[in-house]
Amino acid sequence: MIRADNLVKTYGEIRAVDDISFDVAQGEIFAFLGPNGAGKTTTIKMLTTLLRPTSGKVEIDGLDPATHQNEARKRFGIVFQDASLDDELTAFENMDLHGALYAVPKKLRNERIDMLLKLFELADRRNHPVKQFSGGMKRRLEIARSLLHTPKIIFLDEPTLGLDPQTRNQLWTHVRRLNEEERVTVFLTTHYMEEADRVAHRIAIIDHGRIVAQGTSAELKLQTKSETLEQAFLALTGSSIREEGADAAATMRNMAKMFRGRR
Amino acid sequence: MTTIYILWLRQLKRYIRSKPRILASLGQPLLFLLGLGFGFGPVFAKAGQGNYIQFLAPGVIGMTILFTSIFSGIELIFDRQFGFLKEMLVAPVPRILIMIGRTLGGATVAMIQGFIVLVICVISGFRPSLAALPLGLLFMALIAILFTALGTAIASVLSDFQGFQFVMNFLVMPIFFLSGALFPLSNVPSVLGALAAVDPLSYGVDGLRMALTGVTHFGATLDLAVLSIVAAVFLVVGGRLFNRIQL
Repeated sequence: MIRADNLVKTYGEIRAVDDISFDVAQGEIFAFLGPNGAGKTTTIKMLTTLLRPTSGKVEIDGLDPATHQNEARKRFGIVFQDASLDDELTAFENMDLHGALYAVPKKLRNERIDMLLKLFELADRRNHPVKQFSGGMKRRLEIARSLLHTPKIIFLDEPTLGLDPQTRNQLWTHVRRLNEEERVTVFLTTHYMEEADRVAHRIAIIDHGRIVAQGTSAELKLQTKSETLEQAFLALTGSSIREEGADAAATMRNMAKMFRGRR
Repeated sequence: MTTIYILWLRQLKRYIRSKPRILASLGQPLLFLLGLGFGFGPVFAKAGQGNYIQFLAPGVIGMTILFTSIFSGIELIFDRQFGFLKEMLVAPVPRILIMIGRTLGGATVAMIQGFIVLVICVISGFRPSLAALPLGLLFMALIAILFTALGTAIASVLSDFQGFQFVMNFLVMPIFFLSGALFPLSNVPSVLGALAAVDPLSYGVDGLRMALTGVTHFGATLDLAVLSIVAAVFLVVGGRLFNRIQL
């Protein structure tokens, strides 16, 4: 369903994603784990057509996003790491705009919006502007929105970041149900190892832009002789803390990004 | 078509819901109209140029449209910072449609602002010829589209607000002050005249002035031609730069 073949993304000297390959089967929940700055978000951006790979190939439901960009985009929904709602619009308007962009016919669109808002317990907030929503409600709305066009794949980039345990639990219950009932393929990243352990069928661990291990949670634990996934993760990626964007080169990159244009 | 419409509608909704912004953006033109208009009025009349409000009103309307439309375009930076840009860029529609929808939305907002200022001008003593109002609206629309496209083009290459002040001081302000919005372009020193001649707003204000008061410097045909061509160029350039955005 999702394939990456020798995917590489470089920024000047830095290899943010360094020759990674994986294959996610239909109906699978695939967790992509790694420390900060390991290349998770860069990989998701390449998989979701937001970033062109330096080299390598991506396949989304058998389509190459480089040549069939819009068809590929219709196949997936995405919940980004940080907010992507229009705060001035209401929950319904955000959903409606999404439906229009994805060419969901008006009648079906309204039905699905009602259904999804109910499912994610936002029905009573339908006509409230998003700027009044709490972090958890915004997240739920984003997930609801990403499902509006009935995608085959859903990408979740740290969807539970900053949420309380109640909301996190509920969110994963929803995701699991979607996966079981509608056979939606799920590609997720998270920093909470126990979440990945609980929901993911298969896990890949990425560090310094390379995949260092891949397999089921049990396989990873066995491979590292660890009791928990967190221990396995630390054994594979080391326990030093990663500094993101603190060196001179990164500062320069940020400066250059300000006046992007090229690239 | 749906894409263009829904993004146009979004710009309009955002505009209507931010009432403080509507009021704030009307303050400046009002100040120009009252301060400059009534302040310089007697001098202008003594110099034999007639009623200054009558001359200044089209300039102030042009200024309102310029500021509002550049800002509408630059709003793209907000979308980038607050994340909504991602939602648009990952959607399965050609980016050019997104750009057109946004631009038309921003231009509509700018026209509404311009029209409100026109009404304020009339209240302040401006007497336009009503027969030429359709032509006036056409010029207002052209100015609005031209500068919204320019704003979008600029916002596509800036990724945060650091560059915004720069754009205001070195682009928008000169465009306004050199355009002949505040003074007649006949008899100005040749350097200023030359600068005004390459300033697209000069043609916009001149066309608007022609439509509303019958006074023109370049001639309505030249105004129309220049505005249309420059607007088309900015749309194409803006579309290309917008197309190149990567996150």
